[in-house]
Amino acid sequence: MRPFIFERATSPESAIAAFHADRATSFLAGGTTLLDLMKLDVVRPERVIDINALGANEIEISEDRLRLGASVRMADAEAQEELRRRVPMLTQSLALAASTQLRHMATLAGNVLQRTRCPYFRDVSWSACNKRLPGSGCAAMAGFNRQHAVLGASDACIATYPSDFAQALIALDATVDVVGRRGRRQLPFAKLHVPPGRTPEVETTLAPDELILGFEMPIEPWMSRSLYLKIRDRDSYEFALASAAVALEVDGGAVRQARIALGGVAAVPWRAREAEQALIGRVLDEASCQLAADIAFAKAQPREHNAYKPLLGRQTVARALLQAAAMEA
Amino acid sequence: MAIIGPVQQKNMGPPHSRIDGRAKVTGAAPYASDFAVGRPAYAYFVTSSIARGRITGFDMAAAGQVPGLLDILTYETMRGAVKKPTFFAGGGYAGTTIRPLDGPEIFHDGQIVAVVLADSYESAREAAYKVKVTCQAEQPAATFGSAGATTEDAADAKGHEDPAVGDIAAGLAAASATVDADYATPTQHHNPIELFTTTCAWTGDKLTVYEPSQIVHGLKHGVAEQLGIPPDHVRIVSPFVGGAFGSKASVTPRTALAAIAARCLGRPVKLVLTREQGFSVATYRAETRHHLRLGADADGKFTALSHEAWEVTSRPDSYLVAGTDTTARLYACPNVFTKVHLVHVDRNTPGFMRSPPEVPYLFPLECAIDEVAEKLGLDPIELRRRNDTMKEPIGGLPYTSRSLMECFDQAAESFGWARRSAAPASMRDGDWLIGWGCASTCYPTALAPATARVILWKDGRVKVETAAHDLGTGAYTALAQVAAERLGVPVGQVTIALGDSDLPPSPVAGGSITTASVSSVIAKACDAIRAKLGVNDSALIDPGIRVAGFERLGVALVQEYAEFAPHGAKPEGIDKLYAGLSTLKGGAMLEDRIQYAFGAEFVEVRIHARTREIRVPRVHGAFAAGRIVNPKTAHSQLMGGLIWGVSSALHEATEMDLGTARYINDNFADYLVPVNADIEDVSVILVPERDTQVNPLGIKGLGELGNVGTNAAVANAVYHATGRRIRELPIRLEKLLA
Ligand SMILES: Cc1cc2nc3c(=O)[nH]c(=O)nc-3n(C[C@H](O)[C@H](O)[C@H](O)COP(=O)(O)OP(=O)(O)OC[C@H]3O[C@@H](n4cnc5c(N)ncnc54)[C@H](O)[C@@H]3O)c2cc1C
Ligand code: SF4
Repeated sequence: MRPFIFERATSPESAIAAFHADRATSFLAGGTTLLDLMKLDVVRPERVIDINALGANEIEISEDRLRLGASVRMADAEAQEELRRRVPMLTQSLALAASTQLRHMATLAGNVLQRTRCPYFRDVSWSACNKRLPGSGCAAMAGFNRQHAVLGASDACIATYPSDFAQALIALDATVDVVGRRGRRQLPFAKLHVPPGRTPEVETTLAPDELILGFEMPIEPWMSRSLYLKIRDRDSYEFALASAAVALEVDGGAVRQARIALGGVAAVPWRAREAEQALIGRVLDEASCQLAADIAFAKAQPREHNAYKPLLGRQTVARALLQAAAMEA
Repeated sequence: MAIIGPVQQKNMGPPHSRIDGRAKVTGAAPYASDFAVGRPAYAYFVTSSIARGRITGFDMAAAGQVPGLLDILTYETMRGAVKKPTFFAGGGYAGTTIRPLDGPEIFHDGQIVAVVLADSYESAREAAYKVKVTCQAEQPAATFGSAGATTEDAADAKGHEDPAVGDIAAGLAAASATVDADYATPTQHHNPIELFTTTCAWTGDKLTVYEPSQIVHGLKHGVAEQLGIPPDHVRIVSPFVGGAFGSKASVTPRTALAAIAARCLGRPVKLVLTREQGFSVATYRAETRHHLRLGADADGKFTALSHEAWEVTSRPDSYLVAGTDTTARLYACPNVFTKVHLVHVDRNTPGFMRSPPEVPYLFPLECAIDEVAEKLGLDPIELRRRNDTMKEPIGGLPYTSRSLMECFDQAAESFGWARRSAAPASMRDGDWLIGWGCASTCYPTALAPATARVILWKDGRVKVETAAHDLGTGAYTALAQVAAERLGVPVGQVTIALGDSDLPPSPVAGGSITTASVSSVIAKACDAIRAKLGVNDSALIDPGIRVAGFERLGVALVQEYAEFAPHGAKPEGIDKLYAGLSTLKGGAMLEDRIQYAFGAEFVEVRIHARTREIRVPRVHGAFAAGRIVNPKTAHSQLMGGLIWGVSSALHEATEMDLGTARYINDNFADYLVPVNADIEDVSVILVPERDTQVNPLGIKGLGELGNVGTNAAVANAVYHATGRRIRELPIRLEKLLA
């Protein structure tokens, strides 16, 4: 770790005011990503602004809307009984992430802005990582890439986007509430992250001084038929090899609406919209679920060690859909 | 979670909680890095990011600006400072003969290339991050099959003798069922929770080293050798060790560097390696490959066993585990062939890791037995029963005791094996495929010379002093129980001093020898005390007899020092012990007999039919290991062993970047071990066994018994669940997809 200036913000305004455009500045929430990366020397902020005291930690649930403050701890959101009942996918995506200890510290905004677990990114002794050192190459491409992405990656970077919760947000058509020097704005969650393309160092559309204040989304009755299925190497405390957030609106046996988002396999939060479309009007059975799963991974680009991911991903989607179909809505 | 609690059965002592438990959970137990030394400087290593090549330069400009920086040591100033060490596997002390900071050559990834010294840990780390090292890299060989890897016959390299008997070709020809297959086990690192730490403090020309160690007298001599100073100028203090598993049993290059730094600065130096650095500064379990052929006749009698293996080691050192010493002798078989090869690559030198030979070598054998059983239409337990033997096949030596089949019977009963339907993929629970598998475990019963001093006071207090080690295993408690029983006092009146090289030497805490060897010498010293008090050999000693004895002698305390040499030991064993060298005797290394502990392990796996994740809801193991001094700590060791075993089958593997020969997952987020959610029912059954030969107390070691064979039991269960034989560990879900 390198020396840095530490400040505490008590309001969004004071956080933004403390931001220095001419210095590497980072907002500190739970710190479970940021402090790790600072100790590993991967990120080297000169200024750290603690945003834990600025508020933004309310949870508002109404008849048809949900608002989650940016600073809400993962554990607190996961514990909401009403949410568990009305949108199980959301609380499951939180409960299946990290460990209890981490979830007590980690915030929702921090979660969606967490960085990739690519081992070549997280260890500065590797000289080739386009995300960490633009233009340096990508050591993972010909290296050990078992956990890397098969969807949405590029020739410059195949890192997997790691968050579970983000898959629920993108599936639920959430919006993000943001404030910065140029004022407040709302954007669809699906527009928050950008695929790596030729600039994998750019991960979001946020300006450096912009703060996330919260997430909003509509809640509809049918969303009680939703779930988050996470497949991983051990039963807890591990990132997904593949995961699926699915929600189904079923009417008279046929699908009226489907939401499918994929974790562990893509470079950004990933909505499988074509797969969703393919289900509309269909009865959920082995064939239709497999078809949707095949469509979801039709464009997958596997590498040496993650060649299993398209198949695992398809099985995960099919299993999640069939499980959701069997739920009592 | 159903855990069968440890109860006292025949030939077992009482289950006793750890006497150091309270100190440990309250933080009162001092680990090496907890010792306060006046105003220490802090050391932080800079390590190499290439595996082979040369350093061409250092740029210290940015590091030099860091406030609090004291010095940076590199080979440019340190060449020759660390003397050439002797290799532990060649009768010396060091885990590697690669000398730190001795030249620009790079032998492996993560090699120490600079030592940054500063007033605080934070400054040292910051400056270390700012040191720039430029290298000329050469293409390294990472592992088997890499260009540049060189293979040699272990018989040539190490004078290893390949056990063999009969005619393997004839044996295979006579078989009615054979297996001929290749198997592989991965690189693994010990990853004890306690990191590798060293604190060095000089008083004049005397050095005190606080370092977690499995062999304090060895470390003392090893450090003296590296520094070129007399061994009696060095003291090692290591009363508590937070896990070791073999990683703290040989001298690493770090200790000498910390000592030299402390001498240069004229103040104590503290060093705590990062988790990542531990992967390359200490040792590891090397990956292995096996070609195994096993044949059996129609009755299930083995006719031939051929076990050929390859092990990875570093360029300069020939570390070898050669588990064929065990696999060749485990079952009756008239025709046995074995051969072991060493493959030298550009990696750090491997070393012991819990059950070093048995974990990788029993895997192919115990899997192959499952395959042969299936081909013969026999239950795998029955196949083992038909080849059970009280005489090992190579030299015809008798086992001192062997309760393998009793273990199978008790574990099978507890597990419910009779309810298994034999056909693969025939048991299912909804979407989950169920598989049941089993395997044998065994571990050589070895002992080594040991010494101890025991003091008994008239009021019944006892003090035991011996430089043995408690790695978290419960040695403090077991040894106190032995002294208490022998001297007729409650365990609470016994204090034990361990882990200090000023104490009478004890052997390495490795090879599961501590309880048997050190209990034996403590019992001997106690018997000498009893004799002084006029208590004959078999009589019980009670407070009345004790006080009467003291009054007759007219003294306040009786003190006895004893030396113990096990069966088969050479006369110079005690001298070697004083020189920090442990001479293990037992297992298959004796001329007149063979001594092992045995067990049987049963595993249930659940594999999702679609997504193929593998979970282990049940593991049952039954073990027999002679006299059990403390069933409670024995139970813990075996339970931990079973979990290790599951881990070694499903989770643990150090991944490598093959092009650069560098470790990838050298941290606890990426190096997987099971978490609580992965482990449900672990049942440990202690099978009573009496062995009157292994040592006077009849104790066999068991610390390394639990984690052997589990990998095969898991693989056999996976086969039973899916119909797929996975012969390469770890078994990850991708191997079962498609
Ligand atoms: C061992 C381990 C296992 C894990 N396993 C999982 C897992 O299985 N699934 C999973 O989803 N996650 C997992 N995580 C990641 C964990 O969930 C994230 O680290 C955590 O959610 C980050 O939240 P935080 O509040 O601690 O963020 P911080 O570390 O404080 O911040 C993260 C980033 O977000 C920025 N930031 C934070 N808040 C705001 C804001 N309001 N506006 C703008 N920028 C902001 C920070 O500047 C920083 O760049 C794991 C983490 C660890 C260490
Ligand atoms: S995959 Fe991306 S993050 Fe990983 S090494 Fe390549 S560029 Fe860096």
